[in-house]
Amino acid sequence: MSIDLTTLLAILGMGLATYASRLSGLLLMRGVVVKGRMKAALDAVPPAVLMAVITPMVFMTGTAEALAGIVTALSAYLKLPLLVTILVGIGSVVGLRMVFT
Amino acid sequence: MSFKASDLRAGVSDSWAVCLAYAPIAMLWGTLAATKGFSPLEAILMSALVYAGASQFVAIQMWVEPLPILLVVFTIFVINLRHVLYAASISRHMGGIARWWHPLLMHVLTDEAWALLERRALAQPLTLGYYIGVAVPLWPTWFLFSALGALLGSVLPDPALIGLDFAFAAMFIAILAGFWKGPRTGMVIITSAAVAVMAKTFLSGAWYIVIGGLAGVAVAALMYQETENVD
Repeated sequence: MSIDLTTLLAILGMGLATYASRLSGLLLMRGVVVKGRMKAALDAVPPAVLMAVITPMVFMTGTAEALAGIVTALSAYLKLPLLVTILVGIGSVVGLRMVFT
Repeated sequence: MSFKASDLRAGVSDSWAVCLAYAPIAMLWGTLAATKGFSPLEAILMSALVYAGASQFVAIQMWVEPLPILLVVFTIFVINLRHVLYAASISRHMGGIARWWHPLLMHVLTDEAWALLERRALAQPLTLGYYIGVAVPLWPTWFLFSALGALLGSVLPDPALIGLDFAFAAMFIAILAGFWKGPRTGMVIITSAAVAVMAKTFLSGAWYIVIGGLAGVAVAALMYQETENVD
């Protein structure tokens, strides 16, 4: 088992780049008083980013994924437990992929 | 605020199912890394130090001889820019956790850990126990199973066959639903979805997450009225 020097350098570079992205969000907020418009904007980060993450995965992949996304959303709307909703999503995408290949 | 075992248990009970999903995906990444010449040790190092799944898959896809290190590092940085938003948002709920922990805790802030933490923060402030309970089991699951994948090679079925590729999308949809606060949330997510689709269509790479997310955030800021009290 060995470590190639080029690979090691690339891994360190990628690790630093990723950690920088995580740390900078923390540092940006140091000493910032969050209220008003700023708070409204930050409160919108979770729904806005989650939606941007899932949109191509759900709505730009295929019919089965789009329909499974809707089934999953319905299950979430009914406030089923998180794990149940995930299983509904997985089960529905497997079933729907058999129909829409 | 002190470290409570009950918080730790609450965190683990929210994250164990994500561990089950991380394991096969990490193994798949490990097998792909092995095809590009990664040893199990290199796979562990990358998964432990980078610890950002989507970017790791892209990096492995870009892995050629001679390795374009700067291009790979820059691409990974762009894909992972969304973490700036995650960290900025979640740090507001970490007031009860000692300051010196914060930089360490940032390293384990993956999409899934972040989503679970935001979900918890809707109901109560985060504690060190809960954060560790959610984020820390996921980390070794990711890097150990990466190494196992690199060691075993391609013995796994395609995760898509058993719908595992959809597990995270389903989890994000479920967590997203918890953030619904009425029509304004609708405006935010419609904007972010529409802009994400445009960015995904017209730009290469992973800019769509940051651009779509920021568009949604901008709409939320624009809709804010000085007279209301959102605190």
